[in-house]
Amino acid sequence: MKPVPGDRWRGVAERSWRPAALLAACLVIWHLITVTGLVEAYLVPSPGKTFDLLVDKWSYLWGHTWVTTYETILGFVIAGVLGVLMAVAMVYSRTIESTAYPILLFAQVIPKIAVAPLFVVWLGFGFEPKVIVAVLMAFFPVVISTVTGLKSVDTEMLELAATMGGGPVKTFVKIRFPAALPHLFAGLKVAVTLAVTGAVVGEFVGSNEGLGYVILQANGNMDTPMLFAGLIVISVVGILLFLLLDLAEQLMLPWHSSRRGAAVTTLLAKGGT
Amino acid sequence: MSSGVIATSAVAIDDVSVRFQSKRAETTAIERVSLDVAPGEFVSIVGPSGCGKSTLLKLVSGLLQPSSGSVTLLGEQVRGPRHDIGFVFQRAALLEWRSARRNILLQAEMRGMSSVEAGRRADELIEMTGLSGFENALPHELSGGMQQRVALCRALLHEPRVLLMDEPFGALDALTREQMNVELHRVWRETGTTVLLVTHSIAESVYLANRVIVLTRRPAVVKEVIDVDLPSERDYSATMARPEFAAVTAHIRELLGAATGHD
Repeated sequence: MKPVPGDRWRGVAERSWRPAALLAACLVIWHLITVTGLVEAYLVPSPGKTFDLLVDKWSYLWGHTWVTTYETILGFVIAGVLGVLMAVAMVYSRTIESTAYPILLFAQVIPKIAVAPLFVVWLGFGFEPKVIVAVLMAFFPVVISTVTGLKSVDTEMLELAATMGGGPVKTFVKIRFPAALPHLFAGLKVAVTLAVTGAVVGEFVGSNEGLGYVILQANGNMDTPMLFAGLIVISVVGILLFLLLDLAEQLMLPWHSSRRGAAVTTLLAKGGT
Repeated sequence: MSSGVIATSAVAIDDVSVRFQSKRAETTAIERVSLDVAPGEFVSIVGPSGCGKSTLLKLVSGLLQPSSGSVTLLGEQVRGPRHDIGFVFQRAALLEWRSARRNILLQAEMRGMSSVEAGRRADELIEMTGLSGFENALPHELSGGMQQRVALCRALLHEPRVLLMDEPFGALDALTREQMNVELHRVWRETGTTVLLVTHSIAESVYLANRVIVLTRRPAVVKEVIDVDLPSERDYSATMARPEFAAVTAHIRELLGAATGHD
């Protein structure tokens, strides 16, 4: 049964009022803390002041936001493609799996912030080191989720495919890969938020543009309103990219989303916290 | 038969044993089983749980190789997965992103069958199994019985001469199961396919089959082969009420009781 559009939007409203109320409550508490003088204004700016700054310095912030978003998306896409290829190789070859796993784990465990300076040394102050850090951050969840997804296919389904005689390529295209998509999307959603972090970390280490640079500058100048504004914009970028993927998942996997229940709004609540 | 050519068996299992090697010990699942199934015949296989009934079907389909002995399917020895069969499992194993009709057509896509021919055949089977009106439903929108009908259609799409069924109705409620039995009987009569059915239900095994193979518990050997002497067209309740039916089921129950007890 297809829901009537009107019902659907009423459903969205019903589900989103709670997170909206919580967000409003947080803003009120933040405001109260600053007006009562509980915390010095130079340590925590009021929401009003931060908002004013967001509006006043919008063109400045917009340029840097674009830089960070570009690095994030590029890193995410590279990590997505490489991650899926890696996962496929690992699922189809025991040798590759056992060979690559330790290195994969090593690459994941090593603190990215510690190796980021190295990329700056190697590649300079351009966007490349930021993209590489973003790739490193986002790669692991994509691989793990895709491997899990590809392995989640029923043995019976694969046996059935063997009796149908389609060969490994058809079996992959028609059965294995589509079956892995829900897992893959879960991994991609984690990956995209990590890619944002990766890009910002890359910018911290050495750059003259991007939101990481904005925050570092603001920090150096004790400009807390700008610092807060930068943080808010970074969060918004992450949340928007996340929701974009969620939307893509709903459009591509309606069979899955319909059973998962309310998607975007539930996740909006998650992303906002 | 009147052509004078000697009909070869559709399935010939010849002195087959299957042994599994585990860490500590070697288990024998099947011990020197021989079985011939004539073309167009419906054979049920019953036996205690875990006795290796399903293993037999995997041998016939080539998904598993025997440790000794040989399996011949349609005159050709089985050496790897065979494509000239249809397989139905206990779980429908449907692709949840595909509609009922597209799940059935998976068979054609995997085989590279012409889509016009496959579509026509799919519609025929949908009609025959009472799936009309549910062609576009996704698997999770279908009941267990409906899902199993889809699996059956998928297994029959390429008109296989041998249909292998591994407890296909085991997960259904009693009433749905009876309905499915009636429908499978009709489909079998209409298609003339050779069927090998593994089941836990004695009534089902007798109602559907020409012959019932009773296996012992592990290692499985053929305990007895029972010819079911019932008319080839079988009305469900009338068949159940026949004294021959009662006699045969009682006999099988006795055999199974003996098989599950101590040696």
